[in-house]
Amino acid sequence: MKEGFRQSMAWLHTWSGLLVCWVLLLVFTAGTSAYYRDEISLWMKPELHEAAASPVPNTVAIENAIRMLEKDAAGVSRWFINAPSDRNPAVSVGWSLPPAPGEKGRGKFVRHELNPATGVPLAEPRETRGGEFLYRLHYDLHYMPAKWARWIVGFCAMFMLAAIVSGVITHKRIFKDFFTFRPKKGQRSWLDAHNALAVLALPYHLMITYTGLVTLMFMYMPAGVDAVYKGDQKAFQADVFPAAENKKPAGKPAPLAPLGPMILQAQKHWGGGEVDRITVNNAGDANATVNISRQQGQKLSYLRQAVQFDGVTGAMTSTTGDTPSGAAESRGVLMGLHLASFADPLLRFLFFLCGMAGCAMVATGALLWAVKKRQEAAKVLAKGGKVGFGLRLVEGLNLGAIGGLPIAYAAYFWGNRLLPVGMEKRIDAEISWFFIAWGVATVIGLVRPTRGMWQIMLGIGGAMFMALPLLNVFTTHSHLGITLLQGKGPWPVVGFDLFALVFGFFLLYAVRHLQKKKSALKPVAKARPQAKPTVPTVDSDELVTREAT
Amino acid sequence: MKSNEGLRYRMGVASRAVAAILGGYALAAVSTALMALALPMARADAVLTATLLSFTVYVCAVIWVFAARDALRAWLGIGAPTLLLGLGVMALRGAA
Repeated sequence: MKEGFRQSMAWLHTWSGLLVCWVLLLVFTAGTSAYYRDEISLWMKPELHEAAASPVPNTVAIENAIRMLEKDAAGVSRWFINAPSDRNPAVSVGWSLPPAPGEKGRGKFVRHELNPATGVPLAEPRETRGGEFLYRLHYDLHYMPAKWARWIVGFCAMFMLAAIVSGVITHKRIFKDFFTFRPKKGQRSWLDAHNALAVLALPYHLMITYTGLVTLMFMYMPAGVDAVYKGDQKAFQADVFPAAENKKPAGKPAPLAPLGPMILQAQKHWGGGEVDRITVNNAGDANATVNISRQQGQKLSYLRQAVQFDGVTGAMTSTTGDTPSGAAESRGVLMGLHLASFADPLLRFLFFLCGMAGCAMVATGALLWAVKKRQEAAKVLAKGGKVGFGLRLVEGLNLGAIGGLPIAYAAYFWGNRLLPVGMEKRIDAEISWFFIAWGVATVIGLVRPTRGMWQIMLGIGGAMFMALPLLNVFTTHSHLGITLLQGKGPWPVVGFDLFALVFGFFLLYAVRHLQKKKSALKPVAKARPQAKPTVPTVDSDELVTREAT
Repeated sequence: MKSNEGLRYRMGVASRAVAAILGGYALAAVSTALMALALPMARADAVLTATLLSFTVYVCAVIWVFAARDALRAWLGIGAPTLLLGLGVMALRGAA
């Protein structure tokens, strides 16, 4: 543009950030919470809390699962077993029923969660999508075809990438901004907060945005596959992700070899590491095969390693994913970084904190724009002009979409505890609580975007979060009094409750902060009705030059 | 006069937005296709590498569009390399 490079990048940063910030915030918050999707799912199924507290070794859990499958799913073409992990203590089994007569393709898929110690199906938990909803919300949004949603999210992610790169160029003093926070100075404070949050976790923000695009890159950028494979996605997939072939059943019965030795052999082949998923093809047939894949844990790359066995003799027949090419491994690592399934509890918590910083960065950026424009508008107002439509819209959306988001999340969790366990379409009802709460907040925000309304919204969100552990006391047998004070666990549930308390407290603290600020400003305004805004106005060019020097 | 200038500014911004979003995507797509065809690796690896780099090309194109002195230069800086790389893709596909 006309001005210097840095100014034009400041412009790009502002607009690429502002235009998509509300969608981005939803994507960021959902993605951040999805780091704990297993834990959230567990919290949302109180019926599973007791089994979760008594784990057994994986080999025992898997043998128990096999015994259950041999009894209940004999003659089915394929069994799936998901071994317990540190984060999800139940062992789950699944199989596809044969298609109903006259129908093509696969039949209904049956899935059960078993008590790992006994192999008995757990008491059917309440119907909920739990953390899975938040995980899907992160890239599939809701109430629309997944394909559209992924394009929308990808479009916003690309804006985010442009905003991050141009934001970095805008900052000459990037290192100094790290240590700069000038509180209680209006616009300046918002700028400092935005800078500090963005710069502190910059490598994370850049990584998570780029790797997010990488997770769906063949959809967003099919040009390479089109050019080389003439658009034949299947041939390309077969080249990149070789999979073991499955044999047809021979029709001759033969007993399935025990899985314990196979698991040991697979672990020996990998040099350690836990088992993740076991697939048994044609169990009870002479052509039975067993595929054992390795748990992602501790491994940065998302590429799966797996070992195949003959199901009757128990001999190892082939392996996949042991020696990926450099390019395949690079993509695996980028995907792994995004999904963070390798992260141990401490690292996972750091990822979560960085994700929260990302949410706060998006939110403060949106607020910063409105605060800046509001000060410019104050001058126009003083001359008898009107506040522009753009500013009103942004202020309203900020209040509704940002201030209302905690209420939406809390409403989803409240719905999980309060909706009757046996009701029809319970899953849809839970999810609709999220969107109804968010929608109402957004409408109210657009109608009355005032400071008082900010206090009310944040106050409601904070109170709803702080009340969640209390709600547990009345609706479950695994509230903090039992899980924490009596030390019975399960610990993920304890963590969830404690986080709800802390986060709710933080929101209420913000309300108090706003209250103080209001009462501090009022007397000044009363004493000097004609007074200019108490915060010195700074126009955008001046800000950029300040940063540039 | 003033509203005329305002309109011109807006048209300039709109033109750059189109150049960045659609032009940038086109440039990223042809460079991905060319790299996928030309990189000296196994073909699946060449496709993977090219696709992984595509978003870097895209974001650089966007930066260029908004850093260029005027909209014409912005368009030229996107259009010319897209055309050139596109010719390269056609030549390689013809040869293959």
